[in-house]
Amino acid sequence: MKRKSLIVFLLVSFVALYGLSKVTITYWQYFYETRVNAIDLLIKEFEKENPDIDVVQETFPYEAFQQRVAAAIPAGKGPEVITLYYGWLPTWKRAGYVKPLPFTPDEAAFVPLIQVAKMEGKYWGLPTAVRSLALIYNKDMFDEAGVPAAPTTWEEFVEIGQKLTIKRGPMIIRAGFGIAPQGQDHHLVREVLIRQFGGQPYSDDYCQVMYDSPEGAAALKFYTDLQLKYEIGDVDFVANYRDGFIAGDIGMIIDGSFAIGTILKGAQFKVGFAELPVLEPGGTKANFASFWMHALTPRAYESEEKLEAAVKFLKFITSERAMRLWLEVVGELPARLTLIEDPELAQDPIYGPFIRALPYSYATRFYDEIAQRRIMLDAIDRVLKEGMDPADSLKIAAAEEQKILDEYCVSK
Amino acid sequence: MKKLPLGLSQREALWAYAFLALPLAFFLFIRIWPALQAFQISFYQWHADPSQRQFIGLANYWRMFHDPRFLQALRNTLFYTLLGVPAEVTFALAIALLLNSVGKRFRALFRAIYFAPYVTPPVAVAWTWFMLLNPHRGVVNRVLVALGLPPQPFLSDPATALPTVTAVVVWQFLGFHVLIFLAGLQNIPQMYYEAAQIDGAHGWRLFRYITLPLLKPMIAVSVLMATAGPSIGFLQLFTHVINLTWQNPGGPLGSTLTVLLYMYERAFGAFEMGYGAAIVVFLFFILALISLIEFKVLGRKVEYR
Repeated sequence: MKRKSLIVFLLVSFVALYGLSKVTITYWQYFYETRVNAIDLLIKEFEKENPDIDVVQETFPYEAFQQRVAAAIPAGKGPEVITLYYGWLPTWKRAGYVKPLPFTPDEAAFVPLIQVAKMEGKYWGLPTAVRSLALIYNKDMFDEAGVPAAPTTWEEFVEIGQKLTIKRGPMIIRAGFGIAPQGQDHHLVREVLIRQFGGQPYSDDYCQVMYDSPEGAAALKFYTDLQLKYEIGDVDFVANYRDGFIAGDIGMIIDGSFAIGTILKGAQFKVGFAELPVLEPGGTKANFASFWMHALTPRAYESEEKLEAAVKFLKFITSERAMRLWLEVVGELPARLTLIEDPELAQDPIYGPFIRALPYSYATRFYDEIAQRRIMLDAIDRVLKEGMDPADSLKIAAAEEQKILDEYCVSK
Repeated sequence: MKKLPLGLSQREALWAYAFLALPLAFFLFIRIWPALQAFQISFYQWHADPSQRQFIGLANYWRMFHDPRFLQALRNTLFYTLLGVPAEVTFALAIALLLNSVGKRFRALFRAIYFAPYVTPPVAVAWTWFMLLNPHRGVVNRVLVALGLPPQPFLSDPATALPTVTAVVVWQFLGFHVLIFLAGLQNIPQMYYEAAQIDGAHGWRLFRYITLPLLKPMIAVSVLMATAGPSIGFLQLFTHVINLTWQNPGGPLGSTLTVLLYMYERAFGAFEMGYGAAIVVFLFFILALISLIEFKVLGRKVEYR
């Protein structure tokens, strides 16, 4: 009897000690199959190197993600490490959902655009991958229409678009271009076209709206003319521009590198990728880049062991090794310069156009992403749906957006 | 075991309370308590850490009435209600009257047909209509064009988007109201009609002086449900709008935005829970006020002398 209880005691204390010495941290991201797989692989490697740390991955559908986070963190539940869209950082930070990183990352090793993850002199997260925009086109459709190559200027782009468009009466049967303000085009207008037309969307610190200018108006006019004047597409042609492109109903779209996998998997035709066109040969190049970043929640700061484990994991999934795996499994561009500057990658027919665009890419510093996105959509809609003059429409948008920027920039 | 010194009726009551305790607790802790918390949250600047929530008094409410987008949402919501409730109730009444006059077998069939949309998930309804109403490729416009009519923009034009959403909602919930009215109609004793007919009344007069007054309780229920009913009332419109306009929720140009959708955007899209709570509290009072007015107007008893 005595010996039995001794064994039980030893067993219990062993389990207890083992359990104590092992730290469990939870990681959240929204569900996207390849990303979930990549993190699973990374966790496996990480746990092999750090046997005293357990990492649990939990995922939620994209639509429910912010909602789950909104409720979980204040209740003291939820993850230690979380992945969020960089544009959400100011709202998450203000509401106390993320905490700054307790270390200073080697800025020079990352692409410069990660600087939007820096607020009040501190980094609040780091990405594994970055994304930029490119022109994606249906090669079979190009061949059929006798178009030899992807357009390099917007003039060529319009010409090709008109060749590919088929209309029956007022209704479009096939669109040359998948106009999609609600997709990536609101970024296209904001960070690409306005700059290419010689303007600047915001002041360098993103505290002052500057697109309310003749150059801005010219850019918005050109964009809306794609539908109104050149008639190479219509915002209401298909429910989703990417699906329409994959279905072969659209000749060209402008999309982010995150869409590569979906498009190549779905398309039954040869797909071409090209850098975004410019106004005239040798004209200003510009692109929009973005990223999802891994950050620490208040839960990571609950204990020293947790913080140490969370930081270790965060550093691991933003390491060069993780980025290589990410590129392979997810197909997203790495966020470290050493990998970006790999000449082989820059010449890749698929990734190349996206990677070559990174040096001239801008990541808009959003303060209230959901509202700022909507303001640009409205600016476009007022021209497309109500026939407003682009300059007037931008004036309204600028006034509305400046209010948001003021609130943040002044309180900062 | 010792028996409690209780009479039969007391013991029965005890059992009843025991069974009621669970749903009561559910209502208290899952519904009432969080609802009360919303009042509290609405006076604070939201922060994930409760100790860092700042009391800001009525600032969230002040902001609400100076927020053009909220005011647009409020206007839209009232417009939805003014347009949708009468449409829903009148159509339902008309259909119920028609069904009431057809044979029993057909009535059951049609009743099932009209009721089917009501039991379909709103998300599925919204997406189906979203595709049907696509300006370029939707079936509706193809039919219109085939008939030689001009294609319609439906959800894509700020001028027609709100009525289009309203129509979809009316279509979905019509069957619910038809059922209420059918039940009401079948409860009207036939002898009233017979007596009136002997006196020489028919058609419109029968409807005006017998059917309508005796249906009044049903109309009250129907109007109340259509206005403020949980998940089917126009004042609480959300699911249909977010799914019909999923690419730009509440668009184009905010023309379909509702109060609840805007609350969702602020609370869950921008983590402004305090502001979201203020919006919900305000909506609560609007719901209470309008329901009360409707109840006062429609709830009066009808008496025959």
